[in-house]
Amino acid sequence: MSELLFTKSVKGRCGASLPVMDVSKAEMSDSLRRAKPAEIGEYSELDVVRHYTNLSLKNFSVDTHFYPLGSCTMKYNPKVCEKAARLDGFGSLHPMMPVSGALDRCQGALEMIFELEKHLAEVTGMDAVTTQPLAGAHGEMLGIMLIASYHRAKGNKKRYVIVPDSSHGTNPATASMMGYEIITVPTADYGDMDLDIFREKMNDEVAAVMMTNPNTLGVFNPYIKEISDIAHSYDALLYYDGANLNAILGKVRPGDLGFDVVHVNLHKTYATPHGSGGPGSGPVGCKEKLIPFLPKPAVVKNGEKFELNTKGVDSARITSYFGNYGVLVKAYAYALMMGSDGLRDVAEKAVLNANYMMHRLKPYYHLPYDKTCMHECVFSASKQAEKGVHALDIAKALIDRGFHPPTVYFPLIVPEAMMVEPTETESKQTMDIFCEAMIEIAEMTEKDPDSLHEAPVTRPVTRLDETLAARQVDVRYSR
Amino acid sequence: MKFTPHTIEETAEMLETIGVSQVSDLFSPIPDELKTEKFDLPVGISESETMKIMKKLAGKNDADMVCFLGGGVYEHFIPAAVDALSSRPEFYTAYTPYQPEASQGTLQVLYEFQTMMCELTGMEASNASMYDGGTALAEAALMALRISKKRSRIVLDGSVNPVQKEIVKTYLSFLEVEVADIEYGSDDSINNYLDGQTAGFIFQNPAFDGTVKDYTEINEKIHADKAVSVVSVYPISLGLIKTPGDMGFDIAVGDGQSLGNPLSFGGPYFGFMTTTMKHIRNLPGRIVGKTVDTKGRDGYVLTLQAREQHIRRQKATSNICSNQSLCAMNGLFYMSLMGEKGLMDAASLCKSKAEYAKSELAKVKGVKVADGETFNEFVVELSAKAEDVCLKLADKGILAGIPMNNYINDAENKLLVAVTELRTKQDIDTLVSEIGGAL
Repeated sequence: MSELLFTKSVKGRCGASLPVMDVSKAEMSDSLRRAKPAEIGEYSELDVVRHYTNLSLKNFSVDTHFYPLGSCTMKYNPKVCEKAARLDGFGSLHPMMPVSGALDRCQGALEMIFELEKHLAEVTGMDAVTTQPLAGAHGEMLGIMLIASYHRAKGNKKRYVIVPDSSHGTNPATASMMGYEIITVPTADYGDMDLDIFREKMNDEVAAVMMTNPNTLGVFNPYIKEISDIAHSYDALLYYDGANLNAILGKVRPGDLGFDVVHVNLHKTYATPHGSGGPGSGPVGCKEKLIPFLPKPAVVKNGEKFELNTKGVDSARITSYFGNYGVLVKAYAYALMMGSDGLRDVAEKAVLNANYMMHRLKPYYHLPYDKTCMHECVFSASKQAEKGVHALDIAKALIDRGFHPPTVYFPLIVPEAMMVEPTETESKQTMDIFCEAMIEIAEMTEKDPDSLHEAPVTRPVTRLDETLAARQVDVRYSR
Repeated sequence: MKFTPHTIEETAEMLETIGVSQVSDLFSPIPDELKTEKFDLPVGISESETMKIMKKLAGKNDADMVCFLGGGVYEHFIPAAVDALSSRPEFYTAYTPYQPEASQGTLQVLYEFQTMMCELTGMEASNASMYDGGTALAEAALMALRISKKRSRIVLDGSVNPVQKEIVKTYLSFLEVEVADIEYGSDDSINNYLDGQTAGFIFQNPAFDGTVKDYTEINEKIHADKAVSVVSVYPISLGLIKTPGDMGFDIAVGDGQSLGNPLSFGGPYFGFMTTTMKHIRNLPGRIVGKTVDTKGRDGYVLTLQAREQHIRRQKATSNICSNQSLCAMNGLFYMSLMGEKGLMDAASLCKSKAEYAKSELAKVKGVKVADGETFNEFVVELSAKAEDVCLKLADKGILAGIPMNNYINDAENKLLVAVTELRTKQDIDTLVSEIGGAL
């Protein structure tokens, strides 16, 4: 446990040097003036740098640890992409330049957006792409907005959105936020949305079906064409949650499967870093019939010149500018480096790695859906749970062994779920030592289950009391 | 350039373990008729070739213009230590801190961030960031609707940036919500909506035209009507201006760009949202809380997760999952380096330089500076079209301001000018003389 920064404050220190006051000082009038300074403390630059550098050392990260967090695609983030995003010609541009007399002076910035959108349209098989959504869930929201606008324009009366019970929580949360009621379809024993139940639940008031394919069990749904045809026969549109796009790059395109809208998580598939929780970026692609509903501003090419079209039919707007631009720059650099051959290689190695780990661990952990997986596989700690060792214990034991744990307790439909996604950038050696740790933990479950309940013991803190945190809410330091 | 480490031998060994002969066998669950042959992209290139293309694109942009643009995003000084700290891979290549024992760095940083945002805005509770200022405002509108359960009207005051208003209206347009949009400069007043029907009133301070106002009395009226009051604020201005807390607002939101985040053509920035403890369970997004470990030592976890999509699915307060943690960290590092006095000094520099610019511009024939007390942004009315003046000044390397017709109708000659601590007296003098020359 580190002391909070606030306890290190010494009045009179400062870690920044501001430009000089070269005009006469002006004041706000008394009635508008702040009563007292914000009590945030005062520190030297070294105070601040040492405090936060030391805190950073308490994190696991991709650069320091294997991080097979299922559904999160924690692949390596190439350094050259960071370098590209920090080029002055991208990093120093004000987003209102194009409409403030300087359209000619930010042509490269707009060209990058245009080219990235074109690239993503090809990869997803869509007719148009916007880079505006700021994260995957924001992309989902835009996707559902496009679908809702489409139905509104056609005068369709729609109330429901269908999601499989294996879906990401963001799918039903998004649809609900946009005013829809949710119909959840259970998973069949083949590992995806039960086609018969889906057919029964489908009706004229369904606006959209939201799917992830491959889904959160790592299973590719072979009936996707049937699902698409059924949905479209009711004029319901098909939404592709791109969280798992990594598995099918260059192999399958959502647009060819019948999907009408797709979002791409650049912070997963395109290797932009997750930043301890964000920024992400969730560009959305759509088929032609939805283009009129895309939000403004759109980057368009007029002859040789890139311009902004600010007249969406609906005047819809989901963010102020062009999306998380710095993230887009990183993704574009990655797209260039990968190219068609590199992206196919990504999918192949991601699937190879996941299947390799699945086969190595299958003898030790229950595998509820025992079939060739795509980018990830989901184990259940049900065998271990019989001995009193739960997925949470295994996760914490992995931390002691120097690994970030897989996603646990998700998808919700698998009891004691442990969702493993190695990604394509991990080597056989890394996966082998992880598998050996998992096997050793499985053996410990038999020999000394209690020791696993203590884990982790190697970190700055042992297990934390989450119930207490929710009961005695303390979300800020007070003197 | 590829980042897959597999040698041919390793691939063969792995395939053998799996029990298939080639990688393509692993794609057999995908029916052949669904597979694509079409993948019309160039082949991959090396790191150096990539950088060459990126530099060429960057080189087509003018990164050295003298910037008087604002509109919610400002060019402020960023100490070098900010980027140095957020470039620590332990921060930028980590995920959301779901496993607290392996994420105490991120969690403590975000707890400190929440503390500083509360101090800055004068509020009691903060979340760990939203996407940006505009989406935070839309989420605040949804939060007001949750708090005022039986009411379904949101009032958008004329002070709110029209671009951000569009975001709020887009979010709400799919719900059964009445949006009363008081247009900038209209005679309509929030008083017309204090009728027990309004869930939330939304303001911006400083207003998008730069004017600053004390909302204390207005908030008393809103609370007498049992409605929720929301304000969008510019964090740098809070070094000088009375806080949302002191004015009695229930929710404060804003864009954190000005706190240590580069302009970067519109993002990534971070949105923030602070409120009172009474409303904490209605907040969207991640919240970090303090707790203890099994040995009684202090530690930090994501808390009140029963509000969130991964637990509550369709009943969540929001669909937000990824936020803008790393940008929020930049905000925290920036505030730490500036400290209490630094924040006041930065705000004071902005205010003083803007006042100097106003007084000098007022002397120019054909320029009229709008009335009203402002912080660092203000409107001038020119004797020519603002767009034309901007084009002429851009040729001289100056971004003179944002033509107001980007925001409102009938404002062809109006220009929104922002001045930060980075603009020198000489920059301002040049702006003034060039505008004079362009009229």
